[in-house]
Amino acid sequence: MKTFQLTKPKDGAQASAATSKAKTAQQGADIRLIAGGTTLIDLMKLNVEQPQNLVDVNRLPLDKIEATPDGGLTIGATVRNSELAWHPLVRKNYQVLSEAILSGATVQIRNMATTAGNLLQRTRCVYFRDTAMPCNKREPGSGCGAINGFNRSLAILGTSDQCIATNPSDMNVALAALEAVIHVRGAKGERAIPFADFHLLPGNTPQRETVLEPGDLIMHVTLPPLPPGSRSLYIKLRDRASYEFALASAAVVVATAAGKVTRARVALGGVGTKPWRSPEAEAVLNGQPVTEDIFRKAADAAMGNAKAQSQNGFKVELAKRCLMHALKTVTQGA
Amino acid sequence: MPALEQTTDASPIGKKTPRVDGPLKVCGQAMYATDFHFPGLLYAVPVEATIASGKIQTLDTSEAENMPGVRAIFHRGNIGKISRSTLGPGFEGIVDERRPPFEDDVVRYYGQYIALAVAETFEQAKAAADVVRATYAKDKYNVDPDLKPDDEPDVVETSFQPTKRLQSERGDPDKAFADAPVKLDQTYVTPTETHNPIELQATTAMWDADKLTIYEESQGIFNLRGVLAQMFGLPKENVRVVTKFVGSGFGSKLWPWTHCPLACAAALQLGKPVKLVLSRKMMFQSVGHRPRTQQRVRLGATADGKLVSLQHDYVNHQAMLDGYHEDCGEATAFQYSVPNLRVKFGRARRHVGSPTAMRGPGAVPGLYATESAMNELADQLKIDPVKLRMLNEPKIDESLNIPFSSRHYIECLELGSEKFGWSKRTAEIGSMKRDGMILGWGMAGAAWVAARFPAEANVQLRDDGSARVASGTQDIGTGTYTILAQLASERTGAPLDKVEVVLGETSLLEGPISGGSMVTGSMVPAVFAAADNAIASLLTIATNTPGSPFEKHKPSDLGFESGKAFLKADGVDKGVPFADVLRRANIRLVTGNGKSEATFGNPKPKFSTHSFGCHFVEVTWQPEIARLRVNRIVTIIDAGRIINPLAGRNQIEGAVVMGIGMALLEHTTYDPQNGAPINSNLADYMMAVNADAPSSIDVHFLDYPDKEINEIGARGIGEIGLAGVAAAITAATHHATGVRVRELPIKIEDLLTSSVVA
Repeated sequence: MKTFQLTKPKDGAQASAATSKAKTAQQGADIRLIAGGTTLIDLMKLNVEQPQNLVDVNRLPLDKIEATPDGGLTIGATVRNSELAWHPLVRKNYQVLSEAILSGATVQIRNMATTAGNLLQRTRCVYFRDTAMPCNKREPGSGCGAINGFNRSLAILGTSDQCIATNPSDMNVALAALEAVIHVRGAKGERAIPFADFHLLPGNTPQRETVLEPGDLIMHVTLPPLPPGSRSLYIKLRDRASYEFALASAAVVVATAAGKVTRARVALGGVGTKPWRSPEAEAVLNGQPVTEDIFRKAADAAMGNAKAQSQNGFKVELAKRCLMHALKTVTQGA
Repeated sequence: MPALEQTTDASPIGKKTPRVDGPLKVCGQAMYATDFHFPGLLYAVPVEATIASGKIQTLDTSEAENMPGVRAIFHRGNIGKISRSTLGPGFEGIVDERRPPFEDDVVRYYGQYIALAVAETFEQAKAAADVVRATYAKDKYNVDPDLKPDDEPDVVETSFQPTKRLQSERGDPDKAFADAPVKLDQTYVTPTETHNPIELQATTAMWDADKLTIYEESQGIFNLRGVLAQMFGLPKENVRVVTKFVGSGFGSKLWPWTHCPLACAAALQLGKPVKLVLSRKMMFQSVGHRPRTQQRVRLGATADGKLVSLQHDYVNHQAMLDGYHEDCGEATAFQYSVPNLRVKFGRARRHVGSPTAMRGPGAVPGLYATESAMNELADQLKIDPVKLRMLNEPKIDESLNIPFSSRHYIECLELGSEKFGWSKRTAEIGSMKRDGMILGWGMAGAAWVAARFPAEANVQLRDDGSARVASGTQDIGTGTYTILAQLASERTGAPLDKVEVVLGETSLLEGPISGGSMVTGSMVPAVFAAADNAIASLLTIATNTPGSPFEKHKPSDLGFESGKAFLKADGVDKGVPFADVLRRANIRLVTGNGKSEATFGNPKPKFSTHSFGCHFVEVTWQPEIARLRVNRIVTIIDAGRIINPLAGRNQIEGAVVMGIGMALLEHTTYDPQNGAPINSNLADYMMAVNADAPSSIDVHFLDYPDKEINEIGARGIGEIGLAGVAAAITAATHHATGVRVRELPIKIEDLLTSSVVA
């Protein structure tokens, strides 16, 4: 770990100003915001991130969860994962979010990790995390160790020939299905970013993971209310029973009426280079009767563009089973 | 179940005894190797090679040397002399990686140390190590997982002694196999596994002129002392090793590794104490692992299930310079009755750090293969797998033609079947269901060698009624402190809470290595002899002390029981507590030494001494989400007399959970692109976590004393609990899913091929 300066701004304006001088808000940023630190400190110890300045946002008043007038929810950037997962309104209206968060990491990590931090959670690809290895995400142009290497846990959707790193977050998968909106304060004022637009595909610039720019500060995340009759669910599949990133996961939010799907939102985890919303699966489901056949077609559609690597081809079938099981379970009795 | 031999109610032997060191551990007062701090302590961080094979061309240390707090960057040019150690008699001079660190510029595995940064703080040392830059002339490397035996002579060097590759042979196995009505010929693979004790390996070294003291989490302090004495040219008496507590080792801490002499050499050069703690990543590179094994098992049998031929040919990988042998044939030659048998091994060199012993070395991967073959043969014959084993129960150890000292394998199988409810099993794949899940039931047998290592102990009786027992062995977390307290209490009559146990110092009498599950069995005679000698001194004093009720009697007129000296003619009821005898004589303490000889390695044993056991496993299979979990395990262990059933159960339960990891999760992957063990962290190298432990692990001990081992009849436990678990789980998995996995671990990708539906 390199030595760094730590500053503690008093408000959002100071925090934003402190980071606006950064050369980038992406991989290798010289100035970094820090909240729970569960990813950043880890990467600093590995020399993957070497910021000279850390701006601590833990004292900012961004730690509230509040109902919005329209029946939705506002979640502050520094709300801890544990608090979010156990909040009564989340348990009541957004089960998929609670389930997703509680399926990840450990109690100790969830007690530290924050909403904004989890939005920005970095990949667990072993090549990214080891500075002796090639990685286009960490060091553009150095190559990808994973494509011909240890890629069992890596992505099959949204990959490029530069990068196949998985977005490891569980929370993000739920937020994708819930169509969350991310509210950012930046150099030019505040802006609202739909969740689907927040993360970037690796393409030729895998070092760029989000649309954030220097000076941007995530203030909060809003969740729209779900239509009446909606139910939601998160299913996570992995080798062991706990403390493992998803090999495949599914977040589903489904409303039904008279045995038909009236509205479906589907997102997948563990398989994409970003939290993977599947409009293809949603298109198959909407307006169709609740049957296993339709679920199978939706799962096939979700995996239509999957590209397997040397070790992770099984994820195609696993993700299909995961999504079918989630759809079947969430529509039980419909 | 046998009737237990009668011991008095007061006897601590066989009683569930909470750990005597438990309060220290839960209060954070147990001093592990890295908990010791010293004035002027410096911190060392090794620099690891980032190639698997080649030669160091340049090493640039200039930037590192000028960083804050840095005292030195050591490398081949300035580390000073570190000599090779050689094997001595007994447990002396044993290392798995024979080449001392920095001996030449050749890199033979990824992660080999090429330099060492030493600074005033750990952070400074790490920062300096990170900027030491090497250039290499890279050579071809080989980490190919497909193991073909190298061309080696019939007798090969290993870490211990020259060993015949043809381990056991009888009859004509080739002809018997060719003629057998039923044949099985399969190859089983176990992957490289990495020990992952939570306590990282570490050395703290300091010198006082030509005397060296080190604090290390060692499973064998006397061997470590001998190795360091040889490496630094010191008399053994000048080296002191301290190991008060060990945060588990599983074999990785049995023999010294290269970081240890590096810390000693740095401390010598700088004249300051130096602490070196490995990273988790280094634990995957340079301190051993269980090697990958490829094992071909051929079984020939009659149609009614009698074995006629057994051939076990296996290969393990070894490092480029060293000769590690994973003895997969450890249990093959005696476990079942078969007239024609051959066990033979080969090895394949790879550019990897040296393998080393890992819990149940040899027998654990070996029994995975042979017990899996037995299960497959049972399926082929349509015979119940328990019955197949019973059909082939040997009367004697057929490999040595000598009787077993104590073998109750059939009773293990019977009791296991009963406790598990095995008779309700239906053999058809996917035929058993519960709560919408498919059940799979499987079983396998287990064996592990039982013997004694040489051991010495000292026992004191003190005038406050307390006793002290001391031996230079180690407690690696298994409960040795408690066992020794029980043994000393049993013999001296001092209550358990008045027995002080001192371990883990080479200034004490030499104790056994903590390996092979042999500490308990080895210590029993030594502690008892030491206590008897102390008692003999006490009785002589009792007869010499003016005013003593025993004055003018001969020591031979006296007895000692329950902590009291007494006239045999009067009986123990009129006895005098030993504290009173000592106080009357104005003597603070009497002391006695005891020693017992090894039985391990006896070239002409009269009895074949082993522990036995079996596991019955239930898995649940949910095909709709490809989820397989171990739900229930019944384990029966025949390990002689159990001195502490609490610690014993703890050992077996832990081993069983480790077996779940072995069957379903653990494997170290060498990256074909660079030779690195690539999943070198606790997220990517998966072990079973608490949530993977089955809701029920039902452990039963048969508790038959084995008097060939010692007078209590206690063999060791620990490793036996891991043997066989993986074979039982793969059998249960096959029963549930129809998928036969012969390369561990079982992966989701294997199970996705199952056609069983819920």
